[in-house]
Amino acid sequence: MEEIERDVMEFDVLIVGGGPSGLSAAIRLMQLANENEQEITVCLVEKGSEIGAHILSGAILEPTALNELIPDWQEKGAPLNTPVSSEEIMFLSETGSLKTPNAFLPPAMHNEGNYIISLGNFCRWLGEQAEELGVDVYPGFTAANVLYNEDGSVKGVQTGDMGVQRDGTHGPQFEPGMELHAKQTFFAEGCRGHLGKELKERFNLEADSQTQTYGIGIKELWEVKPENHQPGLVVHTAGWPLSTDTYGGSFLYHLEDNQVAVGFVVGLDYKNPYLSPFEEFQRYKTHPKIRDTFEGARRISYGARALNEGGIQCLPKLTFPGGVMVGCEAGTLNMPKIKGTHTAMKSGMLAAEAAFEAIQSNFDVVELVEYTNRFHHSWVRTELDAARNVRPSFKWGLWLGTLYTGIDQILFRGKAPWTLKHAHADHETLLTKDQATKIDYPKPDGVLTFDKLSSVFLSSTNHEEDQPIHLTLKDDSVPVAINLAKYDGPEARFCPAGVYEYVADENKKDGSQRLQINAQNCVHCKTCDIKDPTQNINWVTPQGGDGPNYPNM
Amino acid sequence: MSVLLIAEVLEGQLNKDSTAKALTAAVQLGDVDVLCASSGCGDAASELAALQGVAKVLCANDASYEYAIAEPMAALIVSLADKYEHIVFPATTSGKNIAPRVAALLDVMVISEVMEIKGADEFVRPIYAGNAIQTVTTADAKKVMTIRTASFDNAADGGSAAIEEIAAVACDTPVAWVSNEVQKSDRPELTSSSVIVSGGRGVGSEEDFKLIEALADKLGAAVGASRAAVDAGFAPNDQQVGQTGKIVAPQLYIAVGISGAIQHLAGMKDSKVIVAINKDEDAPIFQVADYGLVADLFDAVPEMTAALE
Amino acid sequence: MKILVPVKRVIDYSVKARVKSDQSGVELNNVKMSINPFDEIAVEEAIRMKEAGTASEIVVVSIGVEKSQETLRTALAMGADRAILIKAADTVDTDIEPLAVAKLLAKVTEEEAPGMVILGKQAIDNDMNATGQMLSALLGWSQVTYASKITVDGDTLNVTREVDAGLQNITAKLPAVITADLRLNEPRYVKLPNIMKAKKKPMDIKTPEDYGVDVSPRLTITSVVEPPARAAGIKVESVTELMDKLKNEAGVLS
Repeated sequence: MEEIERDVMEFDVLIVGGGPSGLSAAIRLMQLANENEQEITVCLVEKGSEIGAHILSGAILEPTALNELIPDWQEKGAPLNTPVSSEEIMFLSETGSLKTPNAFLPPAMHNEGNYIISLGNFCRWLGEQAEELGVDVYPGFTAANVLYNEDGSVKGVQTGDMGVQRDGTHGPQFEPGMELHAKQTFFAEGCRGHLGKELKERFNLEADSQTQTYGIGIKELWEVKPENHQPGLVVHTAGWPLSTDTYGGSFLYHLEDNQVAVGFVVGLDYKNPYLSPFEEFQRYKTHPKIRDTFEGARRISYGARALNEGGIQCLPKLTFPGGVMVGCEAGTLNMPKIKGTHTAMKSGMLAAEAAFEAIQSNFDVVELVEYTNRFHHSWVRTELDAARNVRPSFKWGLWLGTLYTGIDQILFRGKAPWTLKHAHADHETLLTKDQATKIDYPKPDGVLTFDKLSSVFLSSTNHEEDQPIHLTLKDDSVPVAINLAKYDGPEARFCPAGVYEYVADENKKDGSQRLQINAQNCVHCKTCDIKDPTQNINWVTPQGGDGPNYPNM
Repeated sequence: MSVLLIAEVLEGQLNKDSTAKALTAAVQLGDVDVLCASSGCGDAASELAALQGVAKVLCANDASYEYAIAEPMAALIVSLADKYEHIVFPATTSGKNIAPRVAALLDVMVISEVMEIKGADEFVRPIYAGNAIQTVTTADAKKVMTIRTASFDNAADGGSAAIEEIAAVACDTPVAWVSNEVQKSDRPELTSSSVIVSGGRGVGSEEDFKLIEALADKLGAAVGASRAAVDAGFAPNDQQVGQTGKIVAPQLYIAVGISGAIQHLAGMKDSKVIVAINKDEDAPIFQVADYGLVADLFDAVPEMTAALE
Repeated sequence: MKILVPVKRVIDYSVKARVKSDQSGVELNNVKMSINPFDEIAVEEAIRMKEAGTASEIVVVSIGVEKSQETLRTALAMGADRAILIKAADTVDTDIEPLAVAKLLAKVTEEEAPGMVILGKQAIDNDMNATGQMLSALLGWSQVTYASKITVDGDTLNVTREVDAGLQNITAKLPAVITADLRLNEPRYVKLPNIMKAKKKPMDIKTPEDYGVDVSPRLTITSVVEPPARAAGIKVESVTELMDKLKNEAGVLS
């Protein structure tokens, strides 16, 4: 294809991704610039159609980082409307439940002083704060490729081309993406960012860290009957319907306006290729302790997103020439707290402070090592250190993991003199189909439980139809030859949006199958990129503005 | 006070279907006079007079009304408006072109696409492409509205109303008709066809989509497709019916080899009669189909086509 | 020639409208809002006319909440020259009716004296399909609805209209009010630097009082509900039975 002439724009700092870490970084940079009366240019690009469109989280917000970033957040109207008022942790069996007395809960799992929020709405608000401070915020623009200088350092990113047709040719509305250059580029794509994946490899950022492990979180938003609503109530469960060798559990948060956020997280190191995180979630809602909340209720939204579970021992090197990683791009989630917003925000703020210091010294640094220093002297580091052994202990199963967590978190308060290792990368853990047992999931009832497509419908996901498929395969023959033959096509089950389907191959009337990729359904959760046993699927950005349009998620 | 129904008469030809449906709605509001304005519209006026429920046909036979240009039509209707409390149009492109103009000239709001009449001043209409249904009451003395024809049955024949010739109202219009363009395709347009045959991925190939086309041709129907069929390359993009494709509401929608994902249903659920042919008896399409046939489409579709010979 | 393009801020077309449980309307808070797609086509058409040398200036106007500024900025980023916001609503739930909108636009038209007004054929929220027709009536300008092709020839427009029977060609004298249909054009993607430039383009902020127009509604919305779910019908055993039912029971086949 012919070389495309691309326009170039220059900034001091470019931020890729409008989530909590990217927006906090942008806000902190501008605050420092304003305090010091220094002109700086900060640009933030976001692939969603607006800030918040692709944001999905539980979410409980611990306001530590927010108090530091915007102390007067209350006056500024931050959407923190529901303080946590009571909480329960339950171990579920198929019909029963066992409530953990709160006294036995590790301190990290207490939620006094925290808020139940919609992270999407919180980000919308952060986006407004950033714009008011003078950040150039551009939703609807993807960062498609990383650009490098001749010396190998990161120069910036190229935004995605618009109006490319399915076959790769330029349609009549073709608009070439442009080059955004910056002295420092902050990668804040969230968990498993597709540029982050490239950067980790190129700069060997994970040389000294353990293999990252992930989970998939699937969430629904419901409007429940007022009599079933208890604002501020937080319920977490472990156990049923997952088997004890699969890590995962549920969350159920009562927000304002009779809304209840309910979700399910499954560790992506699960072994059975027949497991479907989506179906586990649907089944979980039918538990006698859970289903009553949804009696006569209406489901109003749906979505899914992968999350990092690895912890501090999996954190990559945070900096490289010309750029840094912040938030879930790096993997700052605190797993025992089941929270990552405050740590993500703080990491962005620390990077911003380091970058501003460098700007003041005229940016004679190519690599922002000061960010790493600040990170390791911050409360994020202390907190993640204390959390580090919880998730890996669950490789021994639910009961030993829980027992270990009790010892590690209550007895040692996270200061045990050892660090547990994660066993394998998530794509390596699947058993082959002949080693595994099929799971017979119940059919959806259309009232409490649903199928994937009617769920995706509620995510308001949209992709311009005539564009190249953004779920790319390194080798087209691998899905049938390996994924289907060996694992019975697990992508059809781990994808929560019905993107992957094995269907009869029309061209061979012999009953053989082919992989159909329904790219339009993709909710950008990145699970396929993580869990594909052959690592043949490479998630890349579709056209800017495409993907889910989550309200209140 | 009574009702003035504006019949759709273009080039002297009555669009009986849409007018007779709007009449069914109009008679719920009072005595109905029907305006028949076009050129050479005597036959149309007679047809209207024979519809049950028509009190009187007002026939304005004048060249300026031949193509229902909005300016002269609105001038004529406004001149008649004194005597009527309700002015009703079928919600066709012609009706929707003229009605708001009449409303503005009378300084009242228009109420578009009325699907149910709850009272003299209370109406039900779809908003957000049919994803929500709104009930409104109006404070305007005169009510100008268009009637969503899919929501009402045809008024029956058997009336014998008087026909009164009325004079044209002078109107110097800056708009002139030039020509009608015949559709290039032999098949009707998807969004305006009264019958649609749609194929899904179950059809299996672009080659086998000819089965769908053959049935459509026998029915004089438009051809539609599900997104899965379009994605698989069986049918062109502009045939796609659904959330991201076209929204259709024909009299008869035949879904062949379509599973019936909600995204597809969003585009066709307002069809009057839905037929589903699918070999999977659990396919969600059967939950919305008036008539479901669990069968192999490769047997059933040719059989239907043959039965229409 | 100056062109006036009215644009409306509506729920994004890809977002599923959700009816509020109190039946007061559709949930519009924290929902992605965009320029009405038909208005976007109108903006595009005006820009193409400017690029072709037919138009000299494009003024976009929006009537609604403060945040309609975003919609106007989108139009400015596409290539419109300046904008007017008429702040007529305090909350997104207040929808200004087409009659009031047309009256305000008539005043703006008198003030701006464009040669042409192009707007979308309908807004995808209230689906009224009325503003263009009403504005044409109030101004006494040529009424040209559902345009799928427009050429300007001196003071005459040659327009192809989308009608039920297919396409209709008409001529219309300028000045005219034109409503854009889906196939008129395919709007361009906005370039990032143009979004930046759009922030600096002029925007006047007005109120209905500035124009002496009463925007109080004529219609009262008494309820907004979800459409009734379609019930499953019957299963037939054979093609013969199906054909019989379609002919004799449903009456949709003759």
